[in-house]
Amino acid sequence: MDYVVIGTGPAGVVAAETLRRSDPGGKIKMIGDEPEAPYSRMALPYLLAEDIAEDGTHLRHGSGHFKSLGIDVVQDRVASVSGADGKLSLESGGALGFDRLLIAAGSHAIRPPVPGMDLDGVENCWTLADARRIAAATKPGSRVVLMGAGFIGCIVLEALAARKVELTIVEMEDRMVPRMMNATGGDMIKRWCEGKGVSVLTSTQVESVEKAGDALKVSFKGGEGMDVDLVVCAAGVRPNIAFLEGSGIECGTGVLVDNMLATNVDGIYAAGDIAEGPELITGKKEIHAIQPTASEHGRIAARNMSGYPTHYRGSLSMNVLNTLGLISSSFGQWMGVDGGEETEVADAGRFKYLKLAFRDDVIVGALALGLTQHVGVIRGLIQTGTRLGPWKDRLMQDPHRVMEAYLVRTQGSSYGY
Amino acid sequence: MHKALLIDPAKCTSCLQCEMACSFENEGVFNPAKSRIKIFEFEHGARAIPYTCTQCAEAWCLHACPVEALTRNPDTNAVEVSNDICVGCKVCTIACPFGTVNYNKSSGKVIKCDLCGGDPACAKACPTDAITYVDADWTGYERMQASAVSGHGRPA
Ligand SMILES: Cc1cc2nc3c(=O)[nH]c(=O)nc-3n(C[C@H](O)[C@H](O)[C@H](O)COP(=O)(O)OP(=O)(O)OC[C@H]3O[C@@H](n4cnc5c(N)ncnc54)[C@H](O)[C@@H]3O)c2cc1C
Repeated sequence: MDYVVIGTGPAGVVAAETLRRSDPGGKIKMIGDEPEAPYSRMALPYLLAEDIAEDGTHLRHGSGHFKSLGIDVVQDRVASVSGADGKLSLESGGALGFDRLLIAAGSHAIRPPVPGMDLDGVENCWTLADARRIAAATKPGSRVVLMGAGFIGCIVLEALAARKVELTIVEMEDRMVPRMMNATGGDMIKRWCEGKGVSVLTSTQVESVEKAGDALKVSFKGGEGMDVDLVVCAAGVRPNIAFLEGSGIECGTGVLVDNMLATNVDGIYAAGDIAEGPELITGKKEIHAIQPTASEHGRIAARNMSGYPTHYRGSLSMNVLNTLGLISSSFGQWMGVDGGEETEVADAGRFKYLKLAFRDDVIVGALALGLTQHVGVIRGLIQTGTRLGPWKDRLMQDPHRVMEAYLVRTQGSSYGY
Repeated sequence: MHKALLIDPAKCTSCLQCEMACSFENEGVFNPAKSRIKIFEFEHGARAIPYTCTQCAEAWCLHACPVEALTRNPDTNAVEVSNDICVGCKVCTIACPFGTVNYNKSSGKVIKCDLCGGDPACAKACPTDAITYVDADWTGYERMQASAVSGHGRPA
């Protein structure tokens, strides 16, 4: 069997390794267009913070790891795919046939349609090459505007703060991490960051970026501007589907996949940031551009590609964030579901918050600030769809009893409770 | 044959010796807050459950790690954190559906039970045999682990 994996990020790497385990004799090629050893984007902030060196971002550490598994890693760009006859063409020239194809080509960072976004000194923070440029352009005291206070923006915020730059963060929406937190949580994060000396401008739009001598002048809509040394843009990402045009593979925002992570074309699968697949709770197709989903998708797609049918119930959105020491996390349908109930306890003074969302007596989502111990049980309860019975009312009264509820409802029988 | 921690909550008197021993063995201090095994009390202390990682086969934490900081020790079967490689991103703490990987603010890394390299301090410290270190094919252990993972959509 000839397997080709497009992409050398976490989804591609986990898939290639899984393919090797389930098909010891298969031929496996993994094609990636970045001139790097397979690495993890999400380790880039720690590189910027100088906690690790470049090799600390690598997905695998043993030298010769892929070679020893008989995985052929090729640096090239797939230019097009022809689904019907199982062939793809490479940018360097030449074509390649496959029996099974995995599309794990991830997404790319976008820049908003604002004049000046193409100037030198405006960077994304998406690739290792981006991180090298940001590191070279910043030193303690550098003036930096960060556009976007979403999940990735806030992680980059932490890294820039560690570089001791003078930081202003600008967010169009009315709060920080608008897709990961509600107003209660988002406002607490903002207040915390401001307390740590970061200037946070919410409901603010960048109107233009212009050259101003050695600096860049960033202007805000309806307000004044500021001169800075660097603009970092974390304004969202889009799946890398352009090369699939004409392939016959059905796409929405990403590549559409079913519960086997299969596309509409026989033998072709997709995984990770590029895949638009079923969500765990609603079953609706969504893109969850997060590390745990990339790795789960990669494993399950590879099982299905190698003849071990494995059904995937769906991905669960989950994020954990450290903003200058305040730890927050977010799971699933935290905004609540139709006909469901919600409960929350907030202590704004101490930056503590816990919200649970239920459907019947099952937890379907949660938000937490300041919770670091045993936080995984929230995922456990959502993932298993554990019925809480009498514990639902107890949690409605006091959501902090979630660990007790977990132990009694999931482990109780083995312990005789 | 690998060995595993077998927990019998009925024998637990909630004396917290295991938490003290774990924290001392791994962190060099007697501080239950830094223990990788935790006693949860119910019914106002009338019942208690010692709770820690079962070194589950699925190893959700290991698969979620972006930098291969979590690996399985072939000698003990424990999933161990490499402090040199861990960047402290905490993704494993939300991915582990058992909640047994925790963030340690003072080190900026995560901590979890590693069976003390094959000689777990908690089991040695437990005065009532509520925590024992036994051959993993002991059927009681299998039952416990089976129930702990039941319903968790098993990844491949
Ligand atoms: C700064 C930052 C911080 C993050 N922090 C977190 C976090 O804390 N938690 C979390 O869960 N997630 C985080 N993420 C997101 C996480 O990194 C992604 O979800 C993950 O990398 C997705 O993996 P993937 O394998 O699907 O795609 P990618 O890692 O993007 O890999 C895809 C690869 O395919 C290549 N490729 C694309 N097109 C082609 C082609 N035509 N031919 C050949 N190769 C191609 C790409 O160049 C890339 O190398 C972060 C991301 C960033 C940038």
